[in-house]
Amino acid sequence: LSSDKIDEDVWDEIEETLLLADLGTEPTMELVDALRSRVKVSGSQDPQEVHAMLREELIKLVDPTMDRSLAVERHAETPAVVMVVGVNGVGKTTTVGKLARVLVAEDKDVLLGAADTFRAAAAEQLATWGQRVGVPTVRSDVDGADPASVAFEAVKAGIDGEVDVVLIDTAGRLQNKVGLMDELGKVKRVIEKQAAVDEVLLVLDATTGQNGLTQAKVFAEVVNISGIVLTKLDGTAKGGIVVAIQRTLGVPVKLVGLGEGADDLAPFEAESFVDALLS
Amino acid sequence: MFNSLSDRLTSTFKNLRGKGRLTEADVDATVREIRRALLDADVAVPVVRAFTASVKERALGLEVSQALNPGQQVVKIVNEELKSILGGETRRLRLAKNPPTVIMLAGLQGAGKTTLAGKLSKHLKSQGHSPLLVAADLQRPNAVRQLQVNGERAGVPVYAPHPGVSSEFEAATGDPVAVARQGVEEARTKLHDVVIVDTAGRLGVDAELMQQAADIRAAINPDEVLFVIDAMIGQDAVNTAQAFNEGVNFTGVVLTKLDGDARGGAALSVASVTGKPIMFASTGEALTDFEVFHPDRMASRILDL
Ligand SMILES: Nc1nc2c(ncn2[C@@H]2O[C@H](COP(=O)(O)OP(=O)(O)OP(=O)(O)O)[C@@H](O)[C@H]2O)c(=O)[nH]1
Ligand SMILES: Nc1nc2c(ncn2[C@@H]2O[C@H](COP(=O)(O)OP(=O)(O)OP(=O)(O)O)[C@@H](O)[C@H]2O)c(=O)[nH]1
Ligand SMILES: [K+]
Ligand SMILES: [Mg+2]
Ligand SMILES: [Mg+2]
Repeated sequence: LSSDKIDEDVWDEIEETLLLADLGTEPTMELVDALRSRVKVSGSQDPQEVHAMLREELIKLVDPTMDRSLAVERHAETPAVVMVVGVNGVGKTTTVGKLARVLVAEDKDVLLGAADTFRAAAAEQLATWGQRVGVPTVRSDVDGADPASVAFEAVKAGIDGEVDVVLIDTAGRLQNKVGLMDELGKVKRVIEKQAAVDEVLLVLDATTGQNGLTQAKVFAEVVNISGIVLTKLDGTAKGGIVVAIQRTLGVPVKLVGLGEGADDLAPFEAESFVDALLS
Repeated sequence: MFNSLSDRLTSTFKNLRGKGRLTEADVDATVREIRRALLDADVAVPVVRAFTASVKERALGLEVSQALNPGQQVVKIVNEELKSILGGETRRLRLAKNPPTVIMLAGLQGAGKTTLAGKLSKHLKSQGHSPLLVAADLQRPNAVRQLQVNGERAGVPVYAPHPGVSSEFEAATGDPVAVARQGVEEARTKLHDVVIVDTAGRLGVDAELMQQAADIRAAINPDEVLFVIDAMIGQDAVNTAQAFNEGVNFTGVVLTKLDGDARGGAALSVASVTGKPIMFASTGEALTDFEVFHPDRMASRILDL
């Protein structure tokens, strides 16, 4: 904030910062209105102070108190099962690989299931990640095999092998494709014949604009997502759409992707997210 | 509520029919609606600003005729302005006078480059060309294999001298610049008239990888450099388009995942900040889901007209 009193330019600048972060028009206008009332009440004339208030309001909105832990503890008879879902190309397979690395570092026994039987070389890509982080991958030898069957086999292998966590990678699908969304619902139901699904992580690319909210809504309806992984935050995009998603659906962002390497996954932190958003 | 911008604008002007010229206040109300609609469609903030300014200017000069209601007249202006930014005629691929025609693909991670390589090769083959695909992404796990599978599906050969990252080679090795250069050589000796070079995804801010893309460009001197961008992208479209424009000076744009329900305001952002034509639309995962870009359809899609 460059000027030294609170004029319309200051408000425009604040509004622009929020819009440029993909926060969306509605949350942006609400935030600016809330801030205007606060400034009126406090009588503040100092742009620095207003900036601090903006940061506070945003942190409140992103809600540092949300439970962002992952349910990855093994049950008595079955492994924890995590499904990773999302639209095409957002970083699902990469996230499965990185997450496996984190779990292995916690001394967990991990197994990957390649339920993307559709995209060219998707199973090979997941298996490469498995090798990279030292965990086995259950996959079909047949291209185009039934993804629910592969997921079933992977969880079965996890139960038989008494592993701690089974991570299921699924094919990218756009939320407006009814057939593909039904297929995803089926993958989950088939897994649940043997074991509870503990986490359904929706992977969201930080570059995504307002369509991200529609993605989250539809995936939540179909597979009841339990957390968001916000990928590609190492770029210039801020990922502001997750604010509306958290608020609308109550589903927390749990992890962030910060690169293409095996160690580029981190817990989501409300404050640093907001600081990056405002920078 | 009103579903489309067109409905909202018509209602804003309900009582204005035959009022003569629109007042500044009338126009401001309209421009606010347009601004909101563009932002909701993910058009970038600076692009929205410039766009609404020019719409406002034209609307202020508007004679409100008896025949059309002012809302519809403003919608018409908006539509015309949109189409002019998105480009009138779609430009075709530039083919080299001395084959092979070299086409390089570049873009962010996951945008749809490797899929597009398959689509483009199939499309060109169906037009009687004999394309060669070149696997110069040695970085993303099994990207080479992915391109090979797409090549098999398209019935197009793939030049892949290096396996890239795969189960046997878990770390990135091999030189993508050399592979790209050799790929063009291979096309020349084997008499392919088109060569399509797939490259790794990279961020606009990754200086090292952007330099690698620039090096690939310099090594193969392409006739077309296609910037592949996901229609779901939000405000980052401007940064990214500018970074790739500076990095590889692309010659055309391909908008992908248009089979989704994103409005696709990025189309407007990229076209207006770079002035480069949007040439193709990618509309699905199958290799046939590929079309020439239609500016008029895109204009209606962005504004839900
Ligand atoms: N810069 C960056 N790139 C990432 C990140 N996560 C994934 N990627 C890259 O994004 C691209 C797509 O990643 P994938 O893991 O294949 O995405 P996906 O969602 O599994 O894709 P589909 O299965 O085809 O839908 C790859 O090039 C990854 O290396 C991240 O956090 N940062
Ligand atoms: N629905 C839909 N999916 C697409 C389209 N184009 C590509 N995809 C999918 O998007 C995902 C990523 O596509 P890729 O071709 O691997 O993207 P890329 O740009 O080569 O990715 P990197 O090499 O990792 O940077 C895959 O799941 C593709 O099947 C499209 O037009 N529509
Ligand atoms: K960022
Ligand atoms: Mg995948
Ligand atoms: Mg690729």
